[in-house]
Amino acid sequence: MSPNATLASNGISIERWTKASRVALGCMAAVLALLMFAPTVLGAGAIDRMTALFIYVILAAMWNALAGFGGLVSVGQQVFFGLGAYFTIRLADAGLNPFVSLFAAAIVTGALSIPLSLFMLRLKGGEFAIGMWVIAELAHLLVNLDRLIQGETGTSLISLNVYDGATRRATIYWLALTAMAALLGALFILMRSRAGAAMQAIRDNEEAATSLGVRVIATKRLLFVLAAFGIAVAGGLWLATATTFQPKTYFSVQWTAYMIFMVLVGGIGKFEGAILGAILFFVIETVFGAAGVWYLIGLGATALIFSLYLPRGLWGEIERRFDFQLLPVGYRLKLPGPHKIKWEE
Amino acid sequence: MINTLLQGILLGGYYAVIACGLSFMFSVMRIINLAHGSLAVAAAYGLWLLAAKAGIPPFAGLLIVLPVMAAVGWLLQRFILERSARGGTLLPILTTFGLSIVIDNLLFEQFGADTRSLAPFIGNLSYASWQLPGHIYVGKLAVMMMVTAVLILGGLQFFLSRFALGRAIRATAEDPDTAGLVGIDARRVNAVATAITMVTVGIAGAFLGMRATFSAYSGGPQLLFAFEAAVIGGAGSLWGTLAGGIVLGLAQSLGAQLHPQGFLIGGHAVFLLVLFVRLSRFGMPVLDKIAASLRTRLRSPT
Repeated sequence: MSPNATLASNGISIERWTKASRVALGCMAAVLALLMFAPTVLGAGAIDRMTALFIYVILAAMWNALAGFGGLVSVGQQVFFGLGAYFTIRLADAGLNPFVSLFAAAIVTGALSIPLSLFMLRLKGGEFAIGMWVIAELAHLLVNLDRLIQGETGTSLISLNVYDGATRRATIYWLALTAMAALLGALFILMRSRAGAAMQAIRDNEEAATSLGVRVIATKRLLFVLAAFGIAVAGGLWLATATTFQPKTYFSVQWTAYMIFMVLVGGIGKFEGAILGAILFFVIETVFGAAGVWYLIGLGATALIFSLYLPRGLWGEIERRFDFQLLPVGYRLKLPGPHKIKWEE
Repeated sequence: MINTLLQGILLGGYYAVIACGLSFMFSVMRIINLAHGSLAVAAAYGLWLLAAKAGIPPFAGLLIVLPVMAAVGWLLQRFILERSARGGTLLPILTTFGLSIVIDNLLFEQFGADTRSLAPFIGNLSYASWQLPGHIYVGKLAVMMMVTAVLILGGLQFFLSRFALGRAIRATAEDPDTAGLVGIDARRVNAVATAITMVTVGIAGAFLGMRATFSAYSGGPQLLFAFEAAVIGGAGSLWGTLAGGIVLGLAQSLGAQLHPQGFLIGGHAVFLLVLFVRLSRFGMPVLDKIAASLRTRLRSPT
């Protein structure tokens, strides 16, 4: 008798999907389809804000992939944001279409992250976190040396000027929407694959995972490169919306602070958590962004309080209290009778 | 050239002071405090306030700021680090990063964007120097920082090996559970260790303010310097931290000679080089060989 059949004879079954998660996936697809038509109905300001939201979702999901699923907390992820924007400028300057450059720049950044991962992934915990920050600072200084960038003065993505405002806005919007959907989809499929199970095993106990034959470094590298690529896409998209590239802005540790805030508040290690966190961050920024320094103090304090008192984040709490998952990446063990249903993550 | 080298070595004194707290806390609690640099900057602002508003010169101000820093360390351990350390290795990183954002922006809110310095309050100490033969000048402040670094590191080493509390700290660092079995209160020991760390952070903040200017967002770079010095020297060893600080100072001084932006690039590059050699597959055997030959030589001095 197969293991599943044995379980079934005891009234136990293993589920990957629930009714709620099927409905959620359907709803998400419907929402994405609806969002496709937004540029035809919404005004310029609204479209720009929506684009920013998609970029935040990408940033949160990618940082969450690394920290939440891979156990790799980095405070230097702004390096990929900055490099994504920088290579977009460089490639566009070489004559490539700016929108194509954006995608090519992310590939270049992703490729660069492979040799970087060779020794960064050997660092543990806080060493990895600060080590990445050093990498970001070094990349910032080296980009400043490029004549094209003119140091901190920066430069602009001038080749975008051939498009008129409306076309440009809509194209960037669609690109951001597509990039977000594709990256979330890729992450979802990856997390439900064998590699995803390996990643979560590493996060929970690296030694135990190693002893089970999980290829720890190879699995972590997969996440590291995916996160580098995704964040570089976000950097390129941000450049496309803002047009100007100032190294100080793009290589600022503030980007990582935003990513940490979104993921901590939403729920670290939860697929839905990063999305929820990004939406919350977007709303908070819209409402309190004008408060300047106090807004930043509030973000830092909120991250601090969540990490101390609510480390599972909002989505983690929702899941725990209501036993509710929309986009499960793990397996669900269904027991007969009045037992509590247990999620295995 | 000799002048550059000497300046670089002396600069290492400052880096050793700021790095020793980071590596001390790491060796005791396995926590890297990401707010380390921000706390040093906060101490520098404290000294600046005392000097500019109350007319208390920085060296006297230390008598107020250092006990305050020790108290801050105690509170930091009791209310933040202790709780976050229970949640595994990831949580303290996130918590202390959040703390650093709060500190940096509160400082900005309070003091604005202007850069500050303690130099105006210490007479000519910030630029006074001794002349050595061969037209070499060494700054008095730089020499003072180096002497302080040696005193702090030596004092810590002495404290850890000669005092009961020091031995309790080492025992807790080694194995908190077993230390608990022999009646050592790990909570108290960790709080004392954090308080000691914050005293060194306060001294580092004073030196930061005396030798250069600082602003609300100077904490990040200071954290990176401290981290680089600790890693280059081999985290956990106090004298290694001094060596690491000196290597970092040398790399920065030499980098600055090569290019206007070379100061920071030189430091980061040496850090990555050391990391690469230490972590790469070819580096390990070489380092092991050197270490092994050093050990045999130390054992049988011929």
